[in-house]
Amino acid sequence: MLTVEGLRSRYGRIEVLHGIDLHVDSGEIVTVVGANGAGKTTLLRCLSGVQPLSSGTITFRGEPLHLVPAYRRLARGLAHSPEGRQIFTNLTVEENLRLGAFLYTDERVEKDMDDAFQMFPILKEKRNLVAGGLSGGQQQMLAMARALMGRPFCLLLDEPSMGLAPIVVQQIFEVISGLKALGVTVLLVEQNAFGALKIADRGYVMETGRITMQGPSEELISNPRIREAYLGL
Amino acid sequence: MPRLSAKSATLLVLAALVVVSPLFFPSGYYYRVGALIFVNGLAVTGIVILTGYAGQISLGHAGFAGIGGYACALAPVHLGLPPALAAVLGVLISGALAYLVGRPILRLKGYYLAVATLGFGILVSMVLNNERQLTGGPDGIIVPDLGLRGLLKDWGLNISNGEFWYFFCGIALLIGAWIALNLRQSPTGRALRALHGSEIAAQTVGIDVARLKLQAFVISAVYASVAGSLLALQNKFITPDVAGFMHSIEMVTMAVLGGAGSVLGAILGAGVLTLLPQVLTVFAEFEQLVLGLVMMLMMIFLREGLLPSLLRKLRGRDE
Repeated sequence: MLTVEGLRSRYGRIEVLHGIDLHVDSGEIVTVVGANGAGKTTLLRCLSGVQPLSSGTITFRGEPLHLVPAYRRLARGLAHSPEGRQIFTNLTVEENLRLGAFLYTDERVEKDMDDAFQMFPILKEKRNLVAGGLSGGQQQMLAMARALMGRPFCLLLDEPSMGLAPIVVQQIFEVISGLKALGVTVLLVEQNAFGALKIADRGYVMETGRITMQGPSEELISNPRIREAYLGL
Repeated sequence: MPRLSAKSATLLVLAALVVVSPLFFPSGYYYRVGALIFVNGLAVTGIVILTGYAGQISLGHAGFAGIGGYACALAPVHLGLPPALAAVLGVLISGALAYLVGRPILRLKGYYLAVATLGFGILVSMVLNNERQLTGGPDGIIVPDLGLRGLLKDWGLNISNGEFWYFFCGIALLIGAWIALNLRQSPTGRALRALHGSEIAAQTVGIDVARLKLQAFVISAVYASVAGSLLALQNKFITPDVAGFMHSIEMVTMAVLGGAGSVLGAILGAGVLTLLPQVLTVFAEFEQLVLGLVMMLMMIFLREGLLPSLLRKLRGRDE
């Protein structure tokens, strides 16, 4: 589904990703965990095209993606739920969702919106309210629902648990594991390593711009070094 | 009772204002002030699309008004076009220039557009001032009659010049407002308001941010051009002041003062800032001083703009 090879990226003169290799297979949930500043968000920004690469390639569904402008990548089937949620705070919940389906004008938009409301009933209650008035958890739900309105094959999720109450985090993670049943492949970037590894099939550990470890989730969870450094066990 | 949509409410209020106001006019002079408000309102509606919806700022929109105005003066003389077609030509030129100026700049984020349009406006104003042979320079130039009022007379509708322009500009404003309000609810308008909030998020939902900003800029330039043409045609005379920097600032101020995010608010802002100088003439040499003071007070106490702040206060009282 998604293959990244030798990806490097820089902010000005400072390189923050020093050659990342990773792949996500169809139907998988893959997580990239790591501490603050490891470059996880930059990696996702490169994948969705809002951050330029300095070298390396991205292949998505058999085609090179790194030269495709950001706004065309959703049409290729890659959706990004960006860090800090980035919902449109001045627009209503419904308008946010409709913007998620900006590329489509068919009747499926209404059906997709019903599905989104089924997934997150609270959004239906608040559909005509301005999105800026939602709580953090609700905004995260809206950001994910909006990304799903774009009918992606693969969804990039950036820190969906950030700043949320534990009970809400659990709810969000449940929804993410449920995406598998919908046939959506997920690349999940998380600081909450334990929660992310529990729902993922495979994981990558990122440290200061490099992948330092990878493997099936159970393996990573039981790895003593990771238990100590990231899981606090 | 079904609630009126913001769109129908705005159009109803505007139409009512256009029709009912003349009942209170003490003299024919007020038709002229009314027409001026409508023309300014039309230009400012374009600013609502650019600034209120898309969040971009232009400091050179008077340049497009100048192009629209001078097209009506020059095209009939030099190209033999009837004035109405000359206005259309002005729209085409303004749109094309907006496209050329905006295309390289709107790829960038931030305030580049404000700086570039500032330069553009000054350029247009300089050309109009200095090309005496063509434009008549700072003294201005005569604009031929639109000819529509004569036509109406032939059909048996005899109205004064002031009345004619009042209603003509009123209808133009209604059409302009109707288009802007429809745009707001359309997917394009929604996308414009979205990129205003976050360009990154807008890209991730598949919006071509640069192209959309360019569209908004061209549309708003067309509004300014039509407003400039209307102004020239009703005055039958035009000077380079219409393209001046102060006029550009005036447009932005009207929009922000009234509430740049709402069409009705911006038009209200145009009304207030067109009327105020007329009212404040009683202060004689202190006119500018009082005008500045009133504007400062409005921005301090009604920060979101006249209409949105007032609506909020009204709603607050209900609850």
